[in-house]
Amino acid sequence: MGFMDKLKNRFKQNEEAEEVSTKYKEGMKKSRQTFSGKINDLIARYRKVDEDFFEELEEVLISADVGVTTVMDLVEELKMEVKRQNIKDTKDIKETISEKLVEIYYGEDDEKIEGLKLEEKELSVILVVGVNGVGKTTSIGKLANQLKLQGKKVVLAAGDTFRAGAIEQLEVWGERAGVDVVKQGAGSDPAAVIFDGIKSAKAKNADVLICDTAGRLQNKVNLMNELSKVKRVIEREVPNAPHEVLLVLDATTGQNALNQAKTFSESTNVSGIVLTKLDGTAKGGIVLAIRKELNIPVKYVGLGERIDDLQEFNAHAFVYGLFADMLEEAE
Amino acid sequence: MAFEGLADRLQSTIKKITGKGKVNEQDVKEMTREVRLALLEADVNFKVVKDLIKRIKERAIGQEVMESLTPGQQVIKVVKEELTELMGGENSKIAVADRAPTVIMMVGLQGAGKTTTTGKLANLLRKKHNRTPLLAACDVYRPAAIKQLETLGEQLTMPVFSMGTEANPIDIAKKAIEKAKEEHHDYVIIDTAGRLHVDNELMDELQGIKTAVKPDEIFLVVDSMTGQDAVNVAESFNEQLDLTGVVLTKLDGDTRGGAALSIKAVTDKPIKFAGMGEKLDQLEAFHPERMASRILGMGDVLSLIEKAQTNVDEKQAKELEEKMRTMSFTFDDFLEQMGQVKNMGPLDDLMAMIPGASKMKGLKNAQLDEKQLSHVEAIIQSMTKKERQDPGLMNASRKKRIAKGSGTSVSQVNRLLKQFDEMKKMMKQMTNMQKGKKGKGMKLPFM
Repeated sequence: MGFMDKLKNRFKQNEEAEEVSTKYKEGMKKSRQTFSGKINDLIARYRKVDEDFFEELEEVLISADVGVTTVMDLVEELKMEVKRQNIKDTKDIKETISEKLVEIYYGEDDEKIEGLKLEEKELSVILVVGVNGVGKTTSIGKLANQLKLQGKKVVLAAGDTFRAGAIEQLEVWGERAGVDVVKQGAGSDPAAVIFDGIKSAKAKNADVLICDTAGRLQNKVNLMNELSKVKRVIEREVPNAPHEVLLVLDATTGQNALNQAKTFSESTNVSGIVLTKLDGTAKGGIVLAIRKELNIPVKYVGLGERIDDLQEFNAHAFVYGLFADMLEEAE
Repeated sequence: MAFEGLADRLQSTIKKITGKGKVNEQDVKEMTREVRLALLEADVNFKVVKDLIKRIKERAIGQEVMESLTPGQQVIKVVKEELTELMGGENSKIAVADRAPTVIMMVGLQGAGKTTTTGKLANLLRKKHNRTPLLAACDVYRPAAIKQLETLGEQLTMPVFSMGTEANPIDIAKKAIEKAKEEHHDYVIIDTAGRLHVDNELMDELQGIKTAVKPDEIFLVVDSMTGQDAVNVAESFNEQLDLTGVVLTKLDGDTRGGAALSIKAVTDKPIKFAGMGEKLDQLEAFHPERMASRILGMGDVLSLIEKAQTNVDEKQAKELEEKMRTMSFTFDDFLEQMGQVKNMGPLDDLMAMIPGASKMKGLKNAQLDEKQLSHVEAIIQSMTKKERQDPGLMNASRKKRIAKGSGTSVSQVNRLLKQFDEMKKMMKQMTNMQKGKKGKGMKLPFM
């Protein structure tokens, strides 16, 4: 059984998995249309696996923001594989491509879904960071909703005291998800707000505290220091906290996402990524490079504007989402 | 993994390609390979890169190599010219309607920075053009978007028109114009909700607003960090709304900003402004040429040579060199040098343009702060003529006076004096080094 069949079967086995794959398929419809369309087109036009084929494949992958270095490596590996298996027909290379993509992501590791690491009985703290406009507050709203549906008591801390309207935005999400929001006035010290949030979460016996922070570009040293300070406050007040530091990345972002992941990790030790806006035509391929180079896993993806449009990340489903048309066509 | 500047990468290639005469095909092939990678790493769309590389090849092959350049440099010159041409000239004009109010509509994806840019643009209109804009809050979808615009309005003490989240954005836009007429506002800036370019329903809504209020300008607001998808976004917004211009945001980040090139290539609409910070006065006219250098990885040896040549006249440079050698370099000279350096553009860019600077220990991570530069300037300007000529005169009371005059501290004055002393020593070393080499070499005015 080929890899693509395995991939397909994985999602046909049980209902829950099928639901996941349907969400990915729906959410990533736009991403996929262009991507797998291009690969199919490529395969149709090139019968033979040759240099020109690889050059175009390179372009298709680059167009998904996978990143130049990663693509070059991948294509090199593919070329070797083609030689080893003596593949001549482009149709036979489809599988190898998607197999390699999943492999980039997982590397030597086990192929597992990397969920949130939260305490069972005590307060867990999640710190959410990222550059401006990636969707931090929206993702927090969705995440709060999801955790609440799992039966957890959630508190939000409005740590974005800088951007106009940010506190109000989080409050609206708090209402929608039905969770409490701890806030101070605009312009107050974010570390102080987070400190209050922790006190309040402890007093309320909450399970999870999610801390919002103001968006900041990673090259602003002062703002990054401010973020480290916030993290230190959390570390001091709650043992083993923050349990998760989630970096929110916009799927439309290009190579700069790698810089973001690197710099935010340096100041806050990022434990996972939330990849947002995957319901557009952008493919967010840069997460493959981030996982490969910095070993930071993607934990969630945002697939739409509704409150339940946040999905746990699943590399197979991600690649499946990109290739779904091709799979179905093959049937 | 960090993106080395193109210069670093090209250095080795350029070295390989020496000799004079014509640029041959092999030279071009090697050079364009590196250029292609650099452009792709900068997020320029691969199709745009392909076209560009093709044009560069056509132009470069067979060109006579200019006397002062190596074939490698000659190719880079062609690259830069092509990029600059593609980026187009500077254009930061804002339309003025025959009959007030002029209507500007802001559109774009979620999180691009439309609302912030709306505030900044209003501020610019008032400050630079002496206008009295009215802001219209048409983002009824994102939670607290109206509140955000209202807060910006408060900060600017500028009126914001809103009808809550229940109203229809088309109605809000129409009423805002009526209100602007009544209250004699000469501009109306319409902030719309962020939307995906493939969301038909919401794109129709934008067309509805467009038809209803006939805006004089439709600005697409784009995040400068956008990757390959920038072409799709720009193309569909342009197709559906016929944009009049683009605003590039978050350009104060460290992105190479290849999206700028992609957008220009697919829409052929001018990028008019750039968002350069979180404060409301940080919206600047967009400089296409600077952007071209930035996308190229800035380490553009050639442009530094060009800049140095145009900004420093030969005689001055000679005098300076003499001064450096004899160590008679004074604070007056230093001030003059700083002025020239400033004329050449942002310091970081300049440092990046010095060949090998990125490899120099200590320089790579040096945070060049323009603010610090103005402190230095203030300190020197607070010195007397004599002190500038002879720093040896400095004593405690003079330092105190200087610190007071420049609004800095004695320790800052001390630091500068020390740095100046070290710099003089370094200059001597460097000029001696340069003397050893024959030929024209690089003569940087501040080295």
